[in-house]
Amino acid sequence: MGEGVRVEQESKVRVETEADIVLARQQGRAIARDLGFTLGNATLIATAISELARNIVQYATRGEVILKRIENGSQKGLVVIARDEGPGINDVRRAMEDGFSTSGRLGLGLPGVRRLMDEFNIHSEVGKGTTVTASMWKS
Amino acid sequence: MVNNNLKVATQPKAAAQPVSESASALLSELVAHLRQNRTQLREEWVVRITEAELLTAMTKDEIFAEATSVYDSYVEALETGTLEALQAYARNLSERIIPRGVETDEVVGIVLLLRDVLARSLFAKYHEDFKVLGRVLDAYEPAANRIAITVAVGFVQERERVIREQQEAIRELSTPVLQVRERLLILPMIGLIDPHRARQLTEQLLHGIRANRAKVVVIDITGVAAMDANVANHLVLTVEAARLLGATVIVTGLSPEIAQTLVKIGVDLGKMNTVGDLQGGIEEAERLLGFKVFPIRETPAG
Amino acid sequence: MAVPILKQGQTLIASIQAALTDTDLLELRDALLEQVGRYRSRGVIVDVTALDVMDSFSTRTLRDVAHMTRLRGAQTIIVGIQPEVAFAMAQFGLTLEGVPTKLDLEEGLDYLAGTAKPGSDG
Ligand SMILES: Nc1ncnc2c1ncn2[C@@H]1O[C@H](COP(=O)(O)OP(=O)(O)OP(=O)(O)O)[C@@H](O)[C@H]1O
Ligand SMILES: [Mg+2]
Repeated sequence: MGEGVRVEQESKVRVETEADIVLARQQGRAIARDLGFTLGNATLIATAISELARNIVQYATRGEVILKRIENGSQKGLVVIARDEGPGINDVRRAMEDGFSTSGRLGLGLPGVRRLMDEFNIHSEVGKGTTVTASMWKS
Repeated sequence: MVNNNLKVATQPKAAAQPVSESASALLSELVAHLRQNRTQLREEWVVRITEAELLTAMTKDEIFAEATSVYDSYVEALETGTLEALQAYARNLSERIIPRGVETDEVVGIVLLLRDVLARSLFAKYHEDFKVLGRVLDAYEPAANRIAITVAVGFVQERERVIREQQEAIRELSTPVLQVRERLLILPMIGLIDPHRARQLTEQLLHGIRANRAKVVVIDITGVAAMDANVANHLVLTVEAARLLGATVIVTGLSPEIAQTLVKIGVDLGKMNTVGDLQGGIEEAERLLGFKVFPIRETPAG
Repeated sequence: MAVPILKQGQTLIASIQAALTDTDLLELRDALLEQVGRYRSRGVIVDVTALDVMDSFSTRTLRDVAHMTRLRGAQTIIVGIQPEVAFAMAQFGLTLEGVPTKLDLEEGLDYLAGTAKPGSDG
Protein backbone atom coordinates (compact mmCIF):
# COMPACT_ATOMS: atom_id res chain seq x y z
CA MET A 1 0.00 0.00 0.00
CA GLY A 2 1.32 3.38 -0.92
CA GLU A 3 0.95 6.68 0.85
CA GLY A 4 -2.42 8.25 1.25
CA VAL A 5 -4.17 4.95 1.71
CA ARG A 6 -6.97 5.40 4.17
CA VAL A 7 -8.14 2.54 6.32
CA GLU A 8 -11.82 2.64 7.06
CA GLN A 9 -13.18 -0.28 8.98
CA GLU A 10 -11.87 -3.57 10.08
CA SER A 11 -13.16 -6.90 11.18
CA LYS A 12 -11.24 -9.71 12.71
CA VAL A 13 -11.75 -13.45 12.56
CA ARG A 14 -9.92 -15.70 14.99
CA VAL A 15 -8.58 -18.70 13.15
CA GLU A 16 -7.98 -21.85 15.06
CA THR A 17 -10.26 -24.59 13.77
CA GLU A 18 -11.27 -25.86 10.36
CA ALA A 19 -14.66 -24.23 10.77
CA ASP A 20 -12.89 -20.89 11.20
CA ILE A 21 -11.42 -21.28 7.72
CA VAL A 22 -14.92 -21.44 6.29
CA LEU A 23 -16.07 -18.59 8.49
CA ALA A 24 -13.18 -16.33 7.52
CA ARG A 25 -13.71 -16.76 3.81
CA GLN A 26 -17.46 -16.27 4.11
CA GLN A 27 -16.92 -13.08 6.04
CA GLY A 28 -14.41 -11.92 3.46
CA ARG A 29 -16.84 -12.56 0.64
CA ALA A 30 -19.62 -10.69 2.43
CA ILE A 31 -17.44 -7.65 3.09
CA ALA A 32 -16.14 -7.67 -0.47
CA ARG A 33 -19.67 -7.77 -1.86
CA ASP A 34 -20.68 -5.04 0.54
CA LEU A 35 -17.87 -2.90 -0.80
CA GLY A 36 -19.18 -3.37 -4.31
CA PHE A 37 -16.69 -5.95 -5.59
CA THR A 38 -18.07 -8.08 -8.41
CA LEU A 39 -19.05 -11.64 -7.61
CA GLY A 40 -15.99 -12.76 -9.55
CA ASN A 41 -13.58 -10.65 -7.53
CA ALA A 42 -15.31 -11.49 -4.25
CA THR A 43 -14.72 -15.13 -5.13
CA LEU A 44 -11.02 -14.47 -5.72
CA ILE A 45 -10.80 -12.78 -2.32
CA ALA A 46 -12.68 -15.59 -0.55
CA THR A 47 -10.40 -18.17 -2.15
CA ALA A 48 -7.28 -16.29 -1.04
CA ILE A 49 -8.59 -16.05 2.52
CA SER A 50 -9.33 -19.75 2.55
CA GLU A 51 -5.71 -20.54 1.68
CA LEU A 52 -4.20 -18.15 4.19
CA ALA A 53 -6.48 -19.29 6.99
CA ARG A 54 -5.68 -22.91 6.27
CA ASN A 55 -1.96 -22.22 6.41
CA ILE A 56 -2.50 -20.69 9.84
CA VAL A 57 -4.39 -23.70 11.15
CA GLN A 58 -1.96 -26.10 9.55
CA TYR A 59 1.38 -24.58 10.36
CA ALA A 60 0.81 -22.16 13.23
CA THR A 61 -2.11 -23.75 15.09
CA ARG A 62 -3.82 -20.43 15.59
CA GLY A 63 -3.85 -16.85 14.40
CA GLU A 64 -6.21 -14.33 12.93
CA VAL A 65 -7.47 -12.95 9.68
CA ILE A 66 -8.11 -9.23 9.61
CA LEU A 67 -10.23 -7.67 6.88
CA LYS A 68 -10.01 -3.94 6.30
CA ARG A 69 -11.57 -1.58 3.86
CA ILE A 70 -8.93 0.65 2.33
CA GLU A 71 -9.14 3.78 0.27
CA ASN A 72 -6.62 5.51 -1.92
CA GLY A 73 -8.01 8.67 -3.40
CA SER A 74 -11.12 7.61 -5.25
CA GLN A 75 -10.06 3.96 -5.26
CA LYS A 76 -11.56 1.58 -2.76
CA GLY A 77 -10.30 -1.80 -1.85
CA LEU A 78 -10.02 -4.56 0.66
CA VAL A 79 -6.92 -5.78 2.43
CA VAL A 80 -6.61 -9.22 3.97
CA ILE A 81 -4.08 -9.64 6.74
CA ALA A 82 -3.40 -13.18 7.91
CA ARG A 83 -1.28 -13.14 11.03
CA ASP A 84 0.07 -15.79 13.37
CA GLU A 85 2.74 -16.29 15.98
CA GLY A 86 3.63 -19.73 14.75
CA PRO A 87 7.00 -21.21 13.76
CA GLY A 88 7.55 -18.86 10.82
CA ILE A 89 8.92 -19.82 7.43
CA ASN A 90 12.54 -20.76 6.92
CA ASP A 91 12.92 -19.74 3.31
CA VAL A 92 10.19 -17.36 2.30
CA ARG A 93 11.39 -17.17 -1.29
CA ARG A 94 11.07 -20.90 -1.74
CA ALA A 95 7.70 -20.95 0.00
CA MET A 96 6.48 -18.58 -2.71
CA GLU A 97 7.40 -21.02 -5.48
CA ASP A 98 4.73 -23.13 -7.12
CA GLY A 99 4.95 -26.65 -5.79
CA PHE A 100 7.02 -25.98 -2.70
CA SER A 101 5.52 -27.61 0.35
CA THR A 102 6.91 -28.88 3.62
CA SER A 103 3.77 -30.92 4.20
CA GLY A 104 3.50 -32.91 1.00
CA ARG A 105 0.68 -30.79 -0.31
CA LEU A 106 0.34 -29.07 -3.65
CA GLY A 107 2.41 -26.12 -2.46
CA LEU A 108 0.17 -23.84 -4.44
CA GLY A 109 -1.36 -21.84 -1.60
CA LEU A 110 0.93 -18.84 -1.28
CA PRO A 111 1.84 -18.39 -4.96
CA GLY A 112 -1.84 -18.88 -5.77
CA VAL A 113 -2.88 -16.15 -3.37
CA ARG A 114 -0.35 -13.84 -4.99
CA ARG A 115 -1.93 -14.52 -8.38
CA LEU A 116 -5.44 -13.92 -7.06
CA MET A 117 -4.80 -10.56 -5.41
CA ASP A 118 -3.51 -7.22 -6.72
CA GLU A 119 -0.91 -6.71 -4.03
CA PHE A 120 0.86 -9.29 -1.93
CA ASN A 121 3.36 -9.09 0.85
CA ILE A 122 4.70 -11.73 3.22
CA HIS A 123 6.76 -11.24 6.30
CA SER A 124 7.94 -14.19 8.33
CA GLU A 125 10.44 -14.72 11.08
CA VAL A 126 11.45 -18.13 12.30
CA GLY A 127 10.23 -18.62 15.83
CA LYS A 128 8.17 -15.45 15.74
CA GLY A 129 5.43 -15.89 13.22
CA THR A 130 4.12 -15.02 9.81
CA THR A 131 2.08 -12.12 8.44
CA VAL A 132 0.68 -12.15 4.94
CA THR A 133 -0.88 -8.96 3.62
CA ALA A 134 -2.83 -9.16 0.39
CA SER A 135 -5.10 -6.54 -1.07
CA MET A 136 -7.38 -6.03 -4.02
CA TRP A 137 -8.59 -2.78 -5.50
CA LYS A 138 -11.99 -2.34 -6.98
CA SER A 139 -11.68 -1.96 -10.70
CA MET B 1 -19.99 5.78 0.20
CA VAL B 2 -20.47 8.95 -1.75
CA ASN B 3 -21.26 10.65 1.52
CA ASN B 4 -17.90 9.75 2.95
CA ASN B 5 -16.11 11.38 0.10
CA LEU B 6 -18.08 14.53 0.49
CA LYS B 7 -17.39 14.75 4.15
CA VAL B 8 -13.70 14.42 3.52
CA ALA B 9 -13.88 17.25 1.05
CA THR B 10 -15.95 19.62 3.11
CA GLN B 11 -15.35 18.97 6.75
CA PRO B 12 -11.95 20.56 7.17
CA LYS B 13 -13.50 23.93 6.39
CA ALA B 14 -16.25 23.50 8.94
CA ALA B 15 -13.82 22.22 11.52
CA ALA B 16 -11.55 25.18 11.00
CA GLN B 17 -14.32 27.42 12.19
CA PRO B 18 -16.02 25.85 15.14
CA VAL B 19 -19.54 27.14 15.43
CA SER B 20 -19.52 29.17 18.60
CA GLU B 21 -22.61 29.85 20.68
CA SER B 22 -23.06 33.29 19.23
CA ALA B 23 -22.49 32.03 15.70
CA SER B 24 -25.15 29.42 16.13
CA ALA B 25 -27.49 32.02 17.56
CA LEU B 26 -26.80 34.14 14.52
CA LEU B 27 -27.44 31.20 12.21
CA SER B 28 -30.84 30.57 13.74
CA GLU B 29 -31.69 34.23 13.44
CA LEU B 30 -30.62 34.04 9.83
CA VAL B 31 -32.72 30.94 9.23
CA ALA B 32 -35.75 32.71 10.70
CA HIS B 33 -35.14 35.59 8.33
CA LEU B 34 -34.92 33.31 5.32
CA ARG B 35 -38.11 31.52 6.32
CA GLN B 36 -39.99 34.77 6.79
CA ASN B 37 -39.00 36.07 3.38
CA ARG B 38 -39.29 32.77 1.60
CA THR B 39 -41.82 33.83 -1.04
CA GLN B 40 -40.03 36.98 -2.02
CA LEU B 41 -36.47 35.57 -2.01
CA ARG B 42 -37.47 32.51 -3.93
CA GLU B 43 -39.17 34.69 -6.52
CA GLU B 44 -36.08 36.84 -6.81
CA TRP B 45 -33.92 33.78 -7.26
CA VAL B 46 -36.09 32.37 -10.03
CA VAL B 47 -35.97 35.71 -11.83
CA ARG B 48 -32.19 35.74 -11.59
CA ILE B 49 -32.03 32.17 -12.93
CA THR B 50 -34.14 33.11 -15.93
CA GLU B 51 -32.15 36.28 -16.55
CA ALA B 52 -28.90 34.36 -16.48
CA GLU B 53 -30.43 31.93 -18.99
CA LEU B 54 -29.77 28.95 -16.79
CA LEU B 55 -31.85 25.76 -16.87
CA THR B 56 -33.17 26.65 -20.31
CA ALA B 57 -34.12 23.04 -20.89
CA MET B 58 -36.79 23.36 -18.19
CA THR B 59 -40.17 25.13 -18.18
CA LYS B 60 -40.90 28.04 -15.86
CA ASP B 61 -43.15 25.92 -13.67
CA GLU B 62 -40.52 23.26 -13.37
CA ILE B 63 -37.86 25.78 -12.43
CA PHE B 64 -40.18 27.22 -9.83
CA ALA B 65 -40.97 23.83 -8.33
CA GLU B 66 -37.29 22.82 -8.15
CA ALA B 67 -36.32 26.23 -6.82
CA THR B 68 -38.83 25.82 -4.01
CA SER B 69 -37.43 22.45 -3.01
CA VAL B 70 -33.83 23.60 -3.24
CA TYR B 71 -34.62 26.72 -1.24
CA ASP B 72 -36.24 24.73 1.55
CA SER B 73 -33.49 22.12 1.63
CA TYR B 74 -30.96 24.91 1.63
CA VAL B 75 -32.50 26.64 4.63
CA GLU B 76 -32.84 23.33 6.39
CA ALA B 77 -29.17 22.55 5.79
CA LEU B 78 -28.26 25.95 7.25
CA GLU B 79 -30.41 25.25 10.27
CA THR B 80 -29.36 21.71 11.06
CA GLY B 81 -25.80 21.88 9.76
CA THR B 82 -26.27 18.43 8.26
CA LEU B 83 -26.01 17.94 4.56
CA GLU B 84 -27.53 14.49 4.13
CA ALA B 85 -31.01 15.65 3.15
CA LEU B 86 -29.67 18.22 0.74
CA GLN B 87 -27.23 15.69 -0.66
CA ALA B 88 -29.99 13.19 -1.29
CA TYR B 89 -32.08 15.89 -2.88
CA ALA B 90 -29.19 17.06 -5.05
CA ARG B 91 -28.61 13.55 -6.31
CA ASN B 92 -32.28 13.07 -6.96
CA LEU B 93 -32.50 16.40 -8.77
CA SER B 94 -29.46 15.53 -10.86
CA GLU B 95 -30.97 12.22 -11.80
CA ARG B 96 -34.03 14.01 -13.14
CA ILE B 97 -32.34 16.84 -14.97
CA ILE B 98 -29.26 15.15 -16.42
CA PRO B 99 -31.25 13.29 -19.07
CA ARG B 100 -32.65 16.66 -20.15
CA GLY B 101 -29.24 18.01 -20.90
CA VAL B 102 -28.68 20.30 -17.93
CA GLU B 103 -24.98 21.07 -17.64
CA THR B 104 -22.70 21.25 -14.63
CA ASP B 105 -22.13 25.00 -14.95
CA GLU B 106 -25.88 25.58 -14.81
CA VAL B 107 -26.24 23.71 -11.55
CA VAL B 108 -23.24 25.43 -10.02
CA GLY B 109 -24.61 28.70 -11.39
CA ILE B 110 -28.02 28.44 -9.76
CA VAL B 111 -26.58 27.52 -6.37
CA LEU B 112 -24.19 30.46 -6.52
CA LEU B 113 -27.09 32.70 -7.50
CA LEU B 114 -29.06 31.55 -4.50
CA ARG B 115 -26.07 32.20 -2.28
CA ASP B 116 -25.87 35.66 -3.75
CA VAL B 117 -29.59 36.42 -3.43
CA LEU B 118 -29.54 35.41 0.22
CA ALA B 119 -26.35 37.31 0.98
CA ARG B 120 -27.86 40.44 -0.54
CA SER B 121 -30.96 40.12 1.59
CA LEU B 122 -28.78 39.73 4.67
CA PHE B 123 -26.89 42.80 3.62
CA ALA B 124 -30.13 44.73 3.21
CA LYS B 125 -31.33 43.63 6.62
CA TYR B 126 -28.17 44.33 8.61
CA HIS B 127 -26.48 47.05 6.60
CA GLU B 128 -27.02 49.58 9.35
CA ASP B 129 -24.92 47.66 11.81
CA PHE B 130 -21.66 46.68 10.19
CA LYS B 131 -20.46 44.71 13.19
CA VAL B 132 -23.50 42.50 13.19
CA LEU B 133 -23.46 42.25 9.42
CA GLY B 134 -19.86 41.09 9.56
CA ARG B 135 -20.68 38.39 12.05
CA VAL B 136 -23.78 37.30 10.18
CA LEU B 137 -21.80 36.92 6.98
CA ASP B 138 -19.05 35.06 8.84
CA ALA B 139 -21.62 32.56 10.02
CA TYR B 140 -23.38 32.40 6.67
CA GLU B 141 -20.49 32.11 4.27
CA PRO B 142 -18.83 28.85 5.29
CA ALA B 143 -22.20 27.17 5.58
CA ALA B 144 -23.27 28.49 2.20
CA ASN B 145 -20.03 27.34 0.64
CA ARG B 146 -20.43 23.87 2.00
CA ILE B 147 -23.90 23.73 0.59
CA ALA B 148 -22.76 24.93 -2.82
CA ILE B 149 -19.99 22.34 -2.90
CA THR B 150 -22.35 19.60 -1.81
CA VAL B 151 -24.83 20.29 -4.57
CA ALA B 152 -22.17 20.70 -7.23
CA VAL B 153 -20.28 17.56 -6.22
CA GLY B 154 -23.53 15.62 -6.03
CA PHE B 155 -24.36 16.67 -9.55
CA VAL B 156 -20.95 15.85 -10.94
CA GLN B 157 -20.93 12.43 -9.28
CA GLU B 158 -24.34 11.64 -10.65
CA ARG B 159 -23.22 12.72 -14.09
CA GLU B 160 -20.16 10.52 -13.88
CA ARG B 161 -22.35 7.63 -12.87
CA VAL B 162 -24.63 8.16 -15.84
CA ILE B 163 -21.66 8.35 -18.20
CA ARG B 164 -20.19 5.18 -16.75
CA GLU B 165 -23.47 3.40 -17.20
CA GLN B 166 -23.69 4.49 -20.80
CA GLN B 167 -20.16 3.36 -21.50
CA GLU B 168 -20.97 0.06 -19.89
CA ALA B 169 -24.04 -0.35 -22.09
CA ILE B 170 -22.06 0.43 -25.21
CA ARG B 171 -19.38 -2.04 -24.20
CA GLU B 172 -21.88 -4.78 -23.68
CA LEU B 173 -23.44 -4.16 -27.06
CA SER B 174 -20.06 -4.50 -28.67
CA THR B 175 -19.20 -7.84 -27.09
CA PRO B 176 -21.94 -10.26 -27.94
CA VAL B 177 -21.83 -13.93 -27.17
CA LEU B 178 -23.64 -15.56 -30.06
CA GLN B 179 -25.37 -18.88 -30.11
CA VAL B 180 -25.02 -20.28 -33.62
CA ARG B 181 -26.67 -23.56 -32.97
CA GLU B 182 -27.68 -25.55 -29.98
CA ARG B 183 -24.82 -25.95 -27.51
CA LEU B 184 -22.41 -23.91 -29.63
CA LEU B 185 -21.38 -20.37 -28.72
CA ILE B 186 -19.24 -17.97 -30.65
CA LEU B 187 -17.43 -15.08 -29.06
CA PRO B 188 -16.07 -12.73 -31.68
CA MET B 189 -13.52 -10.45 -30.05
CA ILE B 190 -13.06 -7.20 -31.87
CA GLY B 191 -10.88 -4.16 -31.44
CA LEU B 192 -8.71 -3.17 -28.58
CA ILE B 193 -9.00 -5.47 -25.60
CA ASP B 194 -7.97 -3.81 -22.36
CA PRO B 195 -7.89 -5.73 -19.07
CA HIS B 196 -11.28 -4.39 -18.03
CA ARG B 197 -12.92 -5.44 -21.24
CA ALA B 198 -11.17 -8.79 -21.12
CA ARG B 199 -12.66 -9.44 -17.69
CA GLN B 200 -16.07 -8.47 -18.96
CA LEU B 201 -15.81 -10.77 -21.94
CA THR B 202 -14.82 -13.65 -19.73
CA GLU B 203 -17.70 -13.06 -17.39
CA GLN B 204 -20.15 -12.92 -20.28
CA LEU B 205 -18.75 -16.01 -21.87
CA LEU B 206 -18.74 -18.12 -18.72
CA HIS B 207 -22.27 -17.13 -17.82
CA GLY B 208 -23.27 -17.64 -21.45
CA ILE B 209 -21.94 -21.18 -21.29
CA ARG B 210 -24.18 -21.96 -18.32
CA ALA B 211 -27.22 -20.15 -19.64
CA ASN B 212 -27.04 -21.80 -23.07
CA ARG B 213 -25.71 -25.11 -21.81
CA ALA B 214 -22.94 -24.76 -24.34
CA LYS B 215 -20.61 -27.67 -24.99
CA VAL B 216 -18.33 -25.98 -27.45
CA VAL B 217 -17.20 -22.37 -27.64
CA VAL B 218 -15.39 -20.73 -30.50
CA ILE B 219 -13.44 -17.63 -29.52
CA ASP B 220 -12.57 -15.75 -32.68
CA ILE B 221 -9.82 -13.20 -32.28
CA THR B 222 -9.38 -12.35 -35.96
CA GLY B 223 -10.53 -8.82 -35.15
CA VAL B 224 -8.03 -8.28 -32.37
CA ALA B 225 -5.04 -6.38 -33.61
CA ALA B 226 -2.74 -6.78 -30.66
CA MET B 227 -2.74 -8.31 -27.23
CA ASP B 228 -0.41 -7.56 -24.39
CA ALA B 229 0.85 -10.29 -22.10
CA ASN B 230 -1.78 -9.46 -19.52
CA VAL B 231 -4.72 -9.90 -21.84
CA ALA B 232 -3.16 -12.95 -23.49
CA ASN B 233 -2.83 -14.50 -20.06
CA HIS B 234 -6.45 -13.67 -19.41
CA LEU B 235 -7.48 -15.44 -22.60
CA VAL B 236 -5.68 -18.55 -21.42
CA LEU B 237 -7.44 -18.39 -18.04
CA THR B 238 -10.77 -18.04 -19.81
CA VAL B 239 -10.11 -21.14 -21.89
CA GLU B 240 -9.22 -23.04 -18.73
CA ALA B 241 -12.24 -21.77 -16.81
CA ALA B 242 -14.54 -22.73 -19.69
CA ARG B 243 -13.14 -26.22 -19.56
CA LEU B 244 -13.87 -26.41 -15.86
CA LEU B 245 -17.47 -25.56 -16.66
CA GLY B 246 -17.52 -28.47 -19.07
CA ALA B 247 -17.12 -26.67 -22.40
CA THR B 248 -14.44 -27.17 -25.02
CA VAL B 249 -12.90 -23.98 -26.37
CA ILE B 250 -11.61 -23.52 -29.90
CA VAL B 251 -9.60 -20.38 -30.61
CA THR B 252 -9.64 -19.10 -34.18
CA GLY B 253 -7.96 -16.24 -36.01
CA LEU B 254 -4.78 -16.30 -33.99
CA SER B 255 -2.35 -13.88 -35.66
CA PRO B 256 1.36 -14.73 -35.66
CA GLU B 257 1.97 -11.77 -33.33
CA ILE B 258 -0.55 -12.91 -30.75
CA ALA B 259 0.67 -16.49 -31.08
CA GLN B 260 4.12 -15.23 -30.24
CA THR B 261 2.85 -13.32 -27.22
CA LEU B 262 1.19 -16.50 -25.98
CA VAL B 263 4.38 -18.50 -26.40
CA LYS B 264 6.33 -15.77 -24.64
CA ILE B 265 4.15 -15.97 -21.54
CA GLY B 266 4.67 -19.70 -21.49
CA VAL B 267 1.50 -21.01 -23.09
CA ASP B 268 1.79 -24.41 -24.69
CA LEU B 269 -0.03 -23.73 -27.97
CA GLY B 270 -0.14 -27.45 -28.61
CA LYS B 271 -2.48 -27.80 -25.67
CA MET B 272 -4.74 -25.06 -26.93
CA ASN B 273 -7.35 -25.99 -29.45
CA THR B 274 -6.61 -23.59 -32.31
CA VAL B 275 -8.05 -23.53 -35.82
CA GLY B 276 -7.04 -21.12 -38.60
CA ASP B 277 -10.23 -19.22 -39.25
CA LEU B 278 -13.74 -18.89 -37.88
CA GLN B 279 -15.28 -21.07 -40.59
CA GLY B 280 -12.87 -23.86 -39.82
CA GLY B 281 -13.52 -23.38 -36.13
CA ILE B 282 -17.25 -23.78 -36.54
CA GLU B 283 -16.73 -26.92 -38.61
CA GLU B 284 -14.49 -28.35 -35.94
CA ALA B 285 -17.06 -27.43 -33.30
CA GLU B 286 -19.83 -29.18 -35.19
CA ARG B 287 -17.66 -32.21 -35.58
CA LEU B 288 -17.11 -32.24 -31.82
CA LEU B 289 -20.81 -31.83 -31.14
CA GLY B 290 -21.79 -34.40 -33.75
CA PHE B 291 -19.31 -36.82 -32.33
CA LYS B 292 -20.86 -36.45 -28.91
CA VAL B 293 -24.34 -37.10 -30.23
CA PHE B 294 -23.50 -40.10 -32.42
CA PRO B 295 -20.46 -41.81 -31.01
CA ILE B 296 -19.60 -43.76 -34.15
CA ARG B 297 -16.14 -45.13 -34.11
CA GLU B 298 -14.43 -48.27 -35.14
CA THR B 299 -15.54 -50.22 -32.12
CA PRO B 300 -13.80 -53.43 -31.25
CA ALA B 301 -16.12 -56.37 -31.36
CA GLY B 302 -17.82 -56.93 -28.06
CA MET C 1 -21.67 -37.46 6.86
CA ALA C 2 -22.17 -33.93 5.53
CA VAL C 3 -22.69 -34.98 1.92
CA PRO C 4 -25.40 -37.45 0.92
CA ILE C 5 -24.32 -40.07 -1.62
CA LEU C 6 -26.95 -41.47 -3.94
CA LYS C 7 -26.59 -44.73 -5.76
CA GLN C 8 -28.11 -44.81 -9.20
CA GLY C 9 -27.38 -48.00 -11.08
CA GLN C 10 -23.63 -48.21 -11.48
CA THR C 11 -23.11 -44.59 -10.64
CA LEU C 12 -22.61 -42.86 -7.33
CA ILE C 13 -23.80 -39.28 -7.06
CA ALA C 14 -22.52 -37.02 -4.31
CA SER C 15 -24.26 -33.68 -4.24
CA ILE C 16 -22.60 -31.20 -1.99
CA GLN C 17 -25.24 -29.06 -0.29
CA ALA C 18 -23.27 -26.38 1.52
CA ALA C 19 -19.78 -25.17 2.33
CA LEU C 20 -17.60 -28.01 3.56
CA THR C 21 -14.79 -28.08 6.08
CA ASP C 22 -11.61 -29.96 5.25
CA THR C 23 -12.74 -32.87 7.40
CA ASP C 24 -16.08 -33.02 5.60
CA LEU C 25 -14.19 -33.24 2.33
CA LEU C 26 -11.93 -36.01 3.55
CA GLU C 27 -14.94 -37.91 4.83
CA LEU C 28 -16.58 -37.54 1.47
CA ARG C 29 -13.45 -38.87 -0.23
CA ASP C 30 -13.31 -41.91 2.05
CA ALA C 31 -17.03 -42.62 1.78
CA LEU C 32 -16.89 -42.50 -2.02
CA LEU C 33 -13.91 -44.82 -2.12
CA GLU C 34 -15.56 -47.23 0.23
CA GLN C 35 -18.83 -47.26 -1.70
CA VAL C 36 -17.16 -47.62 -5.09
CA GLY C 37 -15.59 -50.78 -3.71
CA ARG C 38 -18.75 -52.02 -2.08
CA TYR C 39 -21.09 -51.46 -5.05
CA ARG C 40 -18.55 -51.98 -7.81
CA SER C 41 -19.62 -48.63 -9.25
CA ARG C 42 -18.35 -47.62 -12.68
CA GLY C 43 -18.87 -43.92 -12.31
CA VAL C 44 -18.82 -41.22 -9.64
CA ILE C 45 -20.32 -37.78 -10.04
CA VAL C 46 -19.51 -35.07 -7.55
CA ASP C 47 -21.88 -32.13 -7.87
CA VAL C 48 -20.22 -28.96 -6.58
CA THR C 49 -22.92 -26.50 -7.64
CA ALA C 50 -23.31 -25.34 -4.04
CA LEU C 51 -19.62 -24.55 -3.52
CA ASP C 52 -18.76 -20.88 -3.80
CA VAL C 53 -15.06 -21.47 -3.23
CA MET C 54 -12.76 -24.18 -4.52
CA ASP C 55 -9.34 -23.77 -2.98
CA SER C 56 -6.23 -25.91 -3.16
CA PHE C 57 -7.51 -28.28 -0.50
CA SER C 58 -10.89 -29.04 -2.07
CA THR C 59 -9.37 -29.26 -5.54
CA ARG C 60 -6.70 -31.64 -4.38
CA THR C 61 -9.18 -33.78 -2.49
CA LEU C 62 -11.47 -34.06 -5.51
CA ARG C 63 -8.51 -34.87 -7.71
CA ASP C 64 -7.52 -37.58 -5.24
CA VAL C 65 -11.03 -39.00 -5.40
CA ALA C 66 -10.74 -39.17 -9.19
CA HIS C 67 -7.36 -40.88 -9.13
CA MET C 68 -8.20 -43.32 -6.37
CA THR C 69 -11.56 -44.35 -7.81
CA ARG C 70 -9.94 -44.89 -11.19
CA LEU C 71 -7.69 -47.47 -9.59
CA ARG C 72 -10.85 -49.25 -8.52
CA GLY C 73 -12.40 -49.10 -11.96
CA ALA C 74 -14.66 -46.10 -11.63
CA GLN C 75 -14.46 -42.81 -13.46
CA THR C 76 -15.06 -39.66 -11.44
CA ILE C 77 -16.34 -36.46 -12.94
CA ILE C 78 -16.99 -33.11 -11.35
CA VAL C 79 -20.10 -31.21 -12.32
CA GLY C 80 -21.60 -27.83 -11.53
CA ILE C 81 -18.53 -25.64 -11.04
CA GLN C 82 -19.82 -22.06 -10.94
CA PRO C 83 -18.48 -19.56 -13.49
CA GLU C 84 -16.83 -17.37 -10.85
CA VAL C 85 -15.36 -20.37 -9.10
CA ALA C 86 -14.02 -21.70 -12.39
CA PHE C 87 -12.28 -18.43 -13.11
CA ALA C 88 -10.83 -18.21 -9.61
CA MET C 89 -9.48 -21.75 -9.96
CA ALA C 90 -7.89 -20.90 -13.29
CA GLN C 91 -6.31 -17.74 -11.90
CA PHE C 92 -5.10 -19.61 -8.85
CA GLY C 93 -3.54 -22.25 -11.04
CA LEU C 94 -5.78 -25.12 -9.95
CA THR C 95 -6.54 -27.07 -13.08
CA LEU C 96 -8.08 -30.41 -12.08
CA GLU C 97 -6.01 -31.87 -14.88
CA GLY C 98 -7.13 -35.28 -15.98
CA VAL C 99 -10.49 -34.99 -14.28
CA PRO C 100 -13.45 -34.51 -16.62
CA THR C 101 -15.72 -31.62 -15.70
CA LYS C 102 -19.27 -31.16 -16.97
CA LEU C 103 -21.88 -28.46 -16.77
CA ASP C 104 -24.35 -30.20 -14.49
CA LEU C 105 -25.63 -33.53 -13.26
CA GLU C 106 -27.54 -34.24 -16.44
CA GLU C 107 -24.44 -33.68 -18.57
CA GLY C 108 -22.45 -35.80 -16.19
CA LEU C 109 -24.84 -38.72 -16.46
CA ASP C 110 -24.91 -38.37 -20.27
CA TYR C 111 -21.16 -38.38 -20.36
CA LEU C 112 -20.88 -41.48 -18.22
CA ALA C 113 -23.49 -43.24 -20.34
CA GLY C 114 -21.36 -42.41 -23.40
CA THR C 115 -18.07 -43.58 -21.93
CA ALA C 116 -19.65 -46.77 -20.64
CA LYS C 117 -19.75 -47.96 -24.25
CA PRO C 118 -16.50 -49.54 -25.29
CA GLY C 119 -14.18 -47.61 -27.52
CA SER C 120 -15.38 -44.10 -26.96
CA ASP C 121 -13.83 -41.45 -24.86
CA GLY C 122 -14.23 -37.75 -24.15
N1 LIG D 1 1.49 -19.40 8.39
C1 LIG D 1 2.56 -20.20 8.17
N2 LIG D 1 3.40 -20.53 9.15
C2 LIG D 1 4.48 -21.32 8.93
N3 LIG D 1 4.78 -21.86 7.72
C3 LIG D 1 3.98 -21.57 6.68
C4 LIG D 1 2.83 -20.74 6.84
N4 LIG D 1 2.23 -20.62 5.64
C5 LIG D 1 2.97 -21.35 4.78
N5 LIG D 1 4.01 -21.93 5.39
C6 LIG D 1 5.07 -22.74 4.76
O1 LIG D 1 5.14 -22.41 3.38
C7 LIG D 1 4.95 -23.57 2.58
C8 LIG D 1 4.20 -23.19 1.35
O2 LIG D 1 2.86 -22.81 1.69
P1 LIG D 1 1.71 -22.96 0.62
O3 LIG D 1 0.44 -22.55 1.23
O4 LIG D 1 2.16 -22.29 -0.61
O5 LIG D 1 1.71 -24.52 0.30
P2 LIG D 1 1.18 -25.72 1.18
O6 LIG D 1 0.37 -25.22 2.32
O7 LIG D 1 2.34 -26.57 1.51
O8 LIG D 1 0.25 -26.50 0.16
P3 LIG D 1 -1.21 -26.08 -0.35
O9 LIG D 1 -1.49 -24.70 0.20
O10 LIG D 1 -1.14 -26.09 -1.81
O11 LIG D 1 -2.11 -27.11 0.21
C9 LIG D 1 4.25 -24.55 3.47
O12 LIG D 1 4.50 -25.88 3.10
C10 LIG D 1 4.82 -24.22 4.84
O13 LIG D 1 6.03 -24.86 5.03
MG1 LIG E 1 -1.20 -23.80 2.05
